[in-house]
Amino acid sequence: MTETKKNKTEIVSSITVRFAGDSGDGMQLTGDQFTDTAAIMGNDFATLPDFPAEIRAPIGTLPGVSSFQIQFSDSIIFTPGDIADVLVVMNPAALKVNLPLVKKGGLIIVNESVFNEENLRKATWEKNPLDDETLKDYSVLKVKLSELTKNALKDLHLKASEVERCKNFFALGMMFWLYDRELNHTTAWIKNKFAKRPEIVEANITALTAGYNFADIAEVIPNQYQIKKAILDPGTYRKIMGNEALAIGLITAANLANKTLFYGSYPITPASTILQYLAAYKNYNVKTFQAEDEISAIGSAVGASFGGQIGVTGTSGPGISLKSEMMNLAVMAELPLIIINVQRGGPSTGMPTKTEQTDLLQVLYCRNGESPIAVLAPRTASDCFIMAIEAVRIAIKYMTPVIFLSEGYLASAAEPWKLPDISTLPSIEVTHPKAEKGKTFYPYERNPETLARPWAIPGTPGLEHRIGGLSKADITGNVSYDPENHQKMTNLRAEKIARIANDIPEAEIHGPKSGKLLVLSWGGNYGAVYQAVTNLHNKKKKVSQVHLSYLNPFPKNLGDILKQFKTILIPELNMGQLLMLIRYKFPESHSIGFNKVKGVPFKVEEIEQRISELL
Amino acid sequence: MSTIKKETTKQPVISYSKEDFVSDQQVRWCPGCGDYAILSTTQRTLAKFPIPKENHVFISGIGCSSRFPYYMNTYGFHTIHGRAPTIASGLRCINPDLNIWVITGDGDGLSIGGNHLIHCMRRNMNLNILLVNNQIYGLTKGQYSPTSQPGKVTKTSPEGSIDYPINALCVAIASEATFIARTLDTAPSHMSTILEKAMNHKGVSFVEIYQNCIIFNDKTFGPVTGRETRDERMLYLEHDKPLIFGKEKEKAIRLKGLHPEIVNINEVDSSELLIHNEKDTEPNYAYFLTQMEYPEMPVPFGVFRDIDKPTYDEMLNEQVQGAIKKKGVGDLKDLIYGKDTWEVK
Repeated sequence: MTETKKNKTEIVSSITVRFAGDSGDGMQLTGDQFTDTAAIMGNDFATLPDFPAEIRAPIGTLPGVSSFQIQFSDSIIFTPGDIADVLVVMNPAALKVNLPLVKKGGLIIVNESVFNEENLRKATWEKNPLDDETLKDYSVLKVKLSELTKNALKDLHLKASEVERCKNFFALGMMFWLYDRELNHTTAWIKNKFAKRPEIVEANITALTAGYNFADIAEVIPNQYQIKKAILDPGTYRKIMGNEALAIGLITAANLANKTLFYGSYPITPASTILQYLAAYKNYNVKTFQAEDEISAIGSAVGASFGGQIGVTGTSGPGISLKSEMMNLAVMAELPLIIINVQRGGPSTGMPTKTEQTDLLQVLYCRNGESPIAVLAPRTASDCFIMAIEAVRIAIKYMTPVIFLSEGYLASAAEPWKLPDISTLPSIEVTHPKAEKGKTFYPYERNPETLARPWAIPGTPGLEHRIGGLSKADITGNVSYDPENHQKMTNLRAEKIARIANDIPEAEIHGPKSGKLLVLSWGGNYGAVYQAVTNLHNKKKKVSQVHLSYLNPFPKNLGDILKQFKTILIPELNMGQLLMLIRYKFPESHSIGFNKVKGVPFKVEEIEQRISELL
Repeated sequence: MSTIKKETTKQPVISYSKEDFVSDQQVRWCPGCGDYAILSTTQRTLAKFPIPKENHVFISGIGCSSRFPYYMNTYGFHTIHGRAPTIASGLRCINPDLNIWVITGDGDGLSIGGNHLIHCMRRNMNLNILLVNNQIYGLTKGQYSPTSQPGKVTKTSPEGSIDYPINALCVAIASEATFIARTLDTAPSHMSTILEKAMNHKGVSFVEIYQNCIIFNDKTFGPVTGRETRDERMLYLEHDKPLIFGKEKEKAIRLKGLHPEIVNINEVDSSELLIHNEKDTEPNYAYFLTQMEYPEMPVPFGVFRDIDKPTYDEMLNEQVQGAIKKKGVGDLKDLIYGKDTWEVK
């Protein structure tokens, strides 16, 4: 790299960058590379990919815009950033869609080459925003990306379309210079990724370097910024996304239980990647089954659980609707089963690639009959790992289906994950009964502590028995329509789920133990709420947070905690579902909702503001 | 009761009687229901084999016939409507040793669960599927089913059904099932032979069993299977033999173009007769047989198709073993740490 240091270098603490372009412009890949480099350079980070459901919407149109946001910092951060400091846009449509997401005074780097009449029309700009007052509140850097890339690659004899595809690396090179990043991680990645096509390796590296040098030499960018290393806990880290952590967690859990992991699933956004990850881990004794539909997916998992292995199915809200009858069979048959719901925007097909928390009541109550089920929700991408192990542990110990309620936001968000010490992972104990001489086997005789029934598996001599969806007689499990028995079994199933509360961590309070306001968060809201509450602590404001990882049953001490606060604020990406549960379960608490259903996560700022209004 | 004999080879040989497969539950089908014969033939057939009874699993959906598992003293799972093949598939994937039976009916298997039936057959999942066809919804008390005859008058079709019926065996052939057969409740020894063959077949075995619903659809198969008519209207298939039927075994089938034609064996040369070939890997011939229907043609019973093809579960296990061979048994640390890590000091 050149050694010229004509520009000022400014040290900043935290930056949010947003890359946006057409679905085919490689923005997710560019964002990933920027993220990896932030990781290597020791920053903390959080990312938010934001892409359309359409694979390739018509080029240059608004629905085709794909974006990737990353916040990286010299301190611990919990969200991908509220609003971008820097926006890189590859076309007019990307500018149109993303302009409201850039802060006033922020920097916008624009690929000027494609701001022609046709593209402006497709993006519904009446006039060229680069020529009028539209961008007057921002500092704008117009770069002829296509021409510059073409020029940099003119000696390489590539097809025009291949040259055009390198322009994202040119832009990435510029961003690397802007934030004083190293190029070697990305160059190594390019070499590995395109190993079979050396000409593409050369082209991409040339474009990357040219972009870096252009930013340096052309003196078009006034400042270069440095973000120092964050002070993270010492240890080994990797970058992880939620669905990846979940897949790894499930395999780990099955391994700890010394079982085969069976994953039956039907592809659905945003859960499909779980099936993809798991399909690649067969050497961990993982069996994946791409079923013909959502019902078959869960049915096959029930079959695997019945057979004594770890049956898991994964989907999103629309799939849960289809699975609900089979979930009930698992409730009635009292089999261990993990049901993953990576929530997306609804109702109906809704917004497949956007995030929401609108399925909490669905997973709790959208089944016929009295059908209690345990529900866990991860709080961050890496938390999916721990919670997956927890879901398997509870399912086996209590012989019950467990819902793993994730969110689109967590599924594809990336963050650094401090890797656990393998030796500290919990063991998962499994017992299958064997026939005992002189003792009759009863499939519904319960463990007095957990109320779990025995997990007797086909192939075990002497324990032949029948289970099913018809109402079960206590102890024997025979079909029974006896009124008293039905009441008893209904109570037993409810009590069994309630007793899980004895076996999960108590809720912890972040902030004062009592006071005017408690913010009660769940799922992926954790980060934004934690950051907002921490910011307010730094401003000497008194406010507390409790985060719920267990939504059914609640932690035992939740009621006592709620009593200590005048008002409970419950922010949710739904219209008040946890709020409804809290108001019902703890009617003496004064709970209010803070609700948003826009397909995007909470911003720290909006939570901070709402808290401030209530203090 | 079962006894285990010690043979000189020291291999324990299990011998069962029918009673070993009878559970302690009272059978609750209507008196005279064809399901009794199917249950008892199944119990009798299983008793003939030295397969430990804990290795048999019966999985059913919903409907009269789906109560079946409760009456078998084996492992059993009475699941939900139409979904038995999905649960059986999952169980099969994780346990290659079990002998898994799916019990379904015309409504359960061909209506609400049609999708699963198709897909488990096309995957050649190693399961034995018994589809008990009585051409009516019995458990819900008498509505027309997807196999009911056109014009069938039921509670939900007072002017006669305007649904065209589905042919169970056509579905099986279109799904490329590797073993396809038809039998009936009133011919226990034929049924037993078919069940044996189904069980011995590696891959999906699909058996349609004509069954009489005495309450809601009595004698629906009577014109074909009745005492007076059966010799003329039923044709028992035998591999590598001509398709012969008739009171005096005097009739056979000859091809006329692409259509069957009934001939008298005494009037044509034996080389003209159609010879049954259940091993034909092409599905055309088996499909042709399914189109032989009353009243134009005798209705075939027996094995329509019995071919070899790798099973889904076999290939799945091969892939798992292949991955282990190639990459070694997965190590948790490798899994969790991945390829790209960095250290913070």
